[in-house]
Amino acid sequence: MNRRDFLATGAAAALAVPAARAASPEPALSAWGTDELRKLGAWDVHAHVGTPGPNPAKRMEALVRIADRVGVERMCIFMSPPWQHEPKPEEFRRSNDDVLAILKEWGSRAFGFVYLNPVYTKESLAELERCVADGPMVGIKLWVGTRAHRRELDPIVRRAVELDALIFQHTWIKQRGKGNLPQESTPMELAELSARHPGVPMVCGHTGGAEWAFGIRAIRARPELHGDLGGGDPVSGQVEMAVRELGAERVLYGSDVSGRSFGSQLGRVLGADIPDSAKRLILRGNLVRLLRPGLKRKGIKV
Amino acid sequence: MERRRLLSFPSLLAASVPAAFVSEPLVDVNVTIGDWVVRRSWADSTATLIARLRRHGVNSAWAGSVEGILHTDLAGANARLAAACAGTMLRPFGTVNPLAPDWEEDVRRCAEVHGMPGIRVFPGYHSYKLEDEIFARLLAAATKSGLLVQIALSIEDDRAQNPVLTAPFVNVAAIPELIARTPGARVMLLNATSRVFSGAPLVSRLAQAGVFLEIATLEGVAGIENLLGRAPKARLCFGSHSPYFVFEAALLKLQESELTPAQTAAVRHANAALALSRA
Repeated sequence: MNRRDFLATGAAAALAVPAARAASPEPALSAWGTDELRKLGAWDVHAHVGTPGPNPAKRMEALVRIADRVGVERMCIFMSPPWQHEPKPEEFRRSNDDVLAILKEWGSRAFGFVYLNPVYTKESLAELERCVADGPMVGIKLWVGTRAHRRELDPIVRRAVELDALIFQHTWIKQRGKGNLPQESTPMELAELSARHPGVPMVCGHTGGAEWAFGIRAIRARPELHGDLGGGDPVSGQVEMAVRELGAERVLYGSDVSGRSFGSQLGRVLGADIPDSAKRLILRGNLVRLLRPGLKRKGIKV
Repeated sequence: MERRRLLSFPSLLAASVPAAFVSEPLVDVNVTIGDWVVRRSWADSTATLIARLRRHGVNSAWAGSVEGILHTDLAGANARLAAACAGTMLRPFGTVNPLAPDWEEDVRRCAEVHGMPGIRVFPGYHSYKLEDEIFARLLAAATKSGLLVQIALSIEDDRAQNPVLTAPFVNVAAIPELIARTPGARVMLLNATSRVFSGAPLVSRLAQAGVFLEIATLEGVAGIENLLGRAPKARLCFGSHSPYFVFEAALLKLQESELTPAQTAAVRHANAALALSRA
């Protein structure tokens, strides 16, 4: 659109900036606020490679290309389409095969988390050996296969500790819990699991999602539990509350791409009324710290 | 894409904010004055709201009043909104509830007394459907008065709604036919969410009907780029749903999508201008 078209189509009316205010003395800032944050290189604790492509590595390439635009350097990736709520062993193995294929090409940009369904305890433990003990993955993803407070999770947690694998458990509270899937966990249930395994760091996926204020409260008393910010609307106040109640050291940037946007989820952190030092921890520092033991075990330097 | 380029991540970041972003005008079509009742927002005053928008390069923002959602004295709410916006970058969009007695007078005052460019309606909270005849009458009256009609399809994720304050998501299937029946009608959907955006045929039908769509709740990786790929004629407008949402979220969604200069201009300001231009 040239200047003439701009005026003719009423763009000037749309802007309608009073003359005295039209010339702002301050240049527009980027959403990142400071160059230091823009160049930080965010680590994303919650990513799915759902971008289109003929094979897993190509799908990851498409995702990396987009991540580059918004300054996301590394992604924890797990699960692979089709999404299965209560996967059988052959189904979660197939999903993990895709992640393994991606890691072969994209180990410089992605960390793999093995997808398990604890209902199949024996097969899940075997898959943990295949993908983490004997493979390149550094964490565990638990979705909606069974509730987080169930005893079936205990042997998986114990083995994760031995392997320095970080556990990521999806949680959500829909319509005050009435809308959850049958086997969908809440942060309260994850806190129960944590109480049986004191000192074991875990990530509370979505931190309850839409009802994040309840989620933050539910995990507040368990210092091992870290809140993932990803997957919900970029609502005002969430990050501030998480930092206030959990401390910045327990809050993690996660996007939940490809269903969500990198940008909207980054924006909620960058726009939060918290110090830049806290933003650095949330966007990168905390996840580096949590993954370091597992990475060190595999000889991966960061 | 060369793998080497992808691996050189840190150097790429230095150029990650296209210069066009700071030189193109930016119109935010989805701003509200006041806190949503269930949560404190980031703007504790209108001045705070304006300062932050301006800091990020917003030249003009279209503001509704939170009072319009639950108050019943909408004439009062609209007058306060007009006063709050006067002399600022905010352009007021008053609220009309077609189930309220003499709602036609609210339409008239929005246009003639307050000089508003449009109105904002909340069918989910005001308990009517877009296929109800009363909405057709409202659309006709607004169109006759030269007003753009912004339809807020939601305020918050319905999974997060307080049980005593629930509102159904608004079904938009009737809109194309309504517009066809109302020559000159201009309609913009706010907070459409994935319920609208993920339906490619629906988005195409809305685009074909000339409906404007705002992006505050458009999600998915590279969401704007993808939607324009699926529906090139979609008239997307930049909107942040501030201050209920964090403003930076919308801005970074623009950065996340690779758009042509024409698409960038359309989303940032040109479609907003088109929405305000009468046929």
